[in-house]
Amino acid sequence: MTPRKMSLKQKYGAYTRGLDWKPTYQREDDVFPFAKYEGIKIHDWDAWEDPFKLTMDAYWKFQAEKERKLYAVIDSMAQNNGQLGITDARYLNAVKLFIQGVTPLEYQAHRHFAHLARHLPGAGLRVAAQMQSIDELRHCQTQIHTISHYNKYFDGIHDFTHMHDRLWYLSVPKSFFDDATSAGPFEFLTSISFAFEYVLTNLLFVPFMSGAAYNGDMATVTFGFSAQSDESRHMTLGLEAVRFLLEQDEANVPIVQGWIDKWFWRGYRLLSLVGMMMDYMLPKKVMSWGEAWETYYEQAGGALFADLARYGIREPKYADVAKAEKGHMTHQAWGIFYNYTHAAAMHTWDIDEAHMAWLREKYPDTFAQHYEPRYRKWREQAEEGKRFYNNGLPQLCQVCQIPMAFTEVGDPNTISFRVSEHGGDRFHTCSDGCKDIFDHEPEKYAQAWLPVHQIFQGACGGATLPEVLDWYHINQGADNMDYAGSPEEEQWNRWMEGRRPVVPVAAE
Amino acid sequence: MATASLHPGYTGPVRDRVENFNGAQLVYVHWEEHLNFCSAITLPLPPQTPFAALTGEILPSLYAVDPEWAEVDLSKARWMLDGADWTPDPARSLADQGVGHKSLIRFWTGPSATA
Repeated sequence: MTPRKMSLKQKYGAYTRGLDWKPTYQREDDVFPFAKYEGIKIHDWDAWEDPFKLTMDAYWKFQAEKERKLYAVIDSMAQNNGQLGITDARYLNAVKLFIQGVTPLEYQAHRHFAHLARHLPGAGLRVAAQMQSIDELRHCQTQIHTISHYNKYFDGIHDFTHMHDRLWYLSVPKSFFDDATSAGPFEFLTSISFAFEYVLTNLLFVPFMSGAAYNGDMATVTFGFSAQSDESRHMTLGLEAVRFLLEQDEANVPIVQGWIDKWFWRGYRLLSLVGMMMDYMLPKKVMSWGEAWETYYEQAGGALFADLARYGIREPKYADVAKAEKGHMTHQAWGIFYNYTHAAAMHTWDIDEAHMAWLREKYPDTFAQHYEPRYRKWREQAEEGKRFYNNGLPQLCQVCQIPMAFTEVGDPNTISFRVSEHGGDRFHTCSDGCKDIFDHEPEKYAQAWLPVHQIFQGACGGATLPEVLDWYHINQGADNMDYAGSPEEEQWNRWMEGRRPVVPVAAE
Repeated sequence: MATASLHPGYTGPVRDRVENFNGAQLVYVHWEEHLNFCSAITLPLPPQTPFAALTGEILPSLYAVDPEWAEVDLSKARWMLDGADWTPDPARSLADQGVGHKSLIRFWTGPSATA
């Protein structure tokens, strides 16, 4: 008898729930040991409706098609000296930040979604986690392949995984993800799938990918397109997972709300690196951080939380602080990098007049008054041959690990210092948001590997800056320091000199 | 609140205990109203460091890169230690006058010192 061809729905059912079984000689709680300790109550795993009915064979087919397109563009980029098509060598610093800070997170996401694909008790959700795990591995690989072309010509890209584990500013994204993966499966879903992938992802991907498009980086744009359909699947998973938790039991609501509050703030602090990139590192600007925040958080997020109100969920705590800070945050973040460019695997530079005019226009209430004078003073010092570098090491926030540069709401001249006591020690945080997170789980954050403190414990290669930079694998004099005078600037000027159109000799 | 965990009573090593700093303790210093220095600065200092060494050697080594530092008279500065007003004695050590591990010292100079 010829087997009947299955409909798509039947095929999907057979490939997902059809593969599941009830354990008989082991207790369910022993098979899924992580399922209950967070306090989340699930009564009916079968109530999970898969938002996208994608079977594994269809998944492979889609992904293979996208890969073919992407690798054709990468090859063409390599053959046609695509690095010459970017707007300016300074643009590459956005790419450095991406591969050092974001790509390793894709790999961490791959690992942890694989963990969820094993440990979530519901078969539908397990399959979704498995596909996302493979997506994340693919993103990590395709980002590395895309950006490796630039590694042939530009500095700071050569050892990004090593740097991710050690550098002070990369401990910000690293510790963010470590926090999520060391939480239980439902907090991880809420943190990464919902708060990050659903609520905040447009603030990560749109700026980097549009920034690439505006600045002639076609390889990164193509990667962005290749990841886009995956990202929309991830967003849907995040939203549906949170709805599922909220619908299963009323007692889940306050737990999920606590996670939304925490991960909104963690994500927002992480995005200060992205916002800085948008406002400062793109020679051709896409939109300002302030505008992006209004569009992608205040409007889109406002609608989302209005919709979730029927479950008893409110807007994240401290969303008002993020709104109030939006005219200050990126300038303060750029100040950190300008202070410590000698210890970073990327460059910063003087803000020229055209850039200042753009910043004044985008931030009419804050830039000219508070930040422009600072930049002009730094420029004066640089012109005297005394480019400003901070000789000390910064105080770091115990939770977000960003140097404590952010100011009090409404008082941009005063740093926001918060402190908690735990077990007889002081712990400093940068904001009420980070302090709340610390105070909720002090046993967790008291273990933070703070790069500055580790240097002073003697754990980072030595007591002098060159020794620490060696330990970071920073190629000193190339990866670090101001763009002015860097080998990259010299190379870029040489390239452009060769490409400058020949000016016709005037008829004499 | 306790961390939700598989094993109730979960705790972990506190990574920055004072005994991990080879005899020094961490002290954070911040020159207020000079945010060209983006944040407070972390220093590993022996507890017996005299306050005069902080003002005479350590702070100038950090802040003299700002031309305004040349005008600063630290004897007229206003000080705050861990959130409370503070009148340090230059002759005594940091530990003797309440500076502990991960203490925060903030100071104001110029017109705001008297504000």
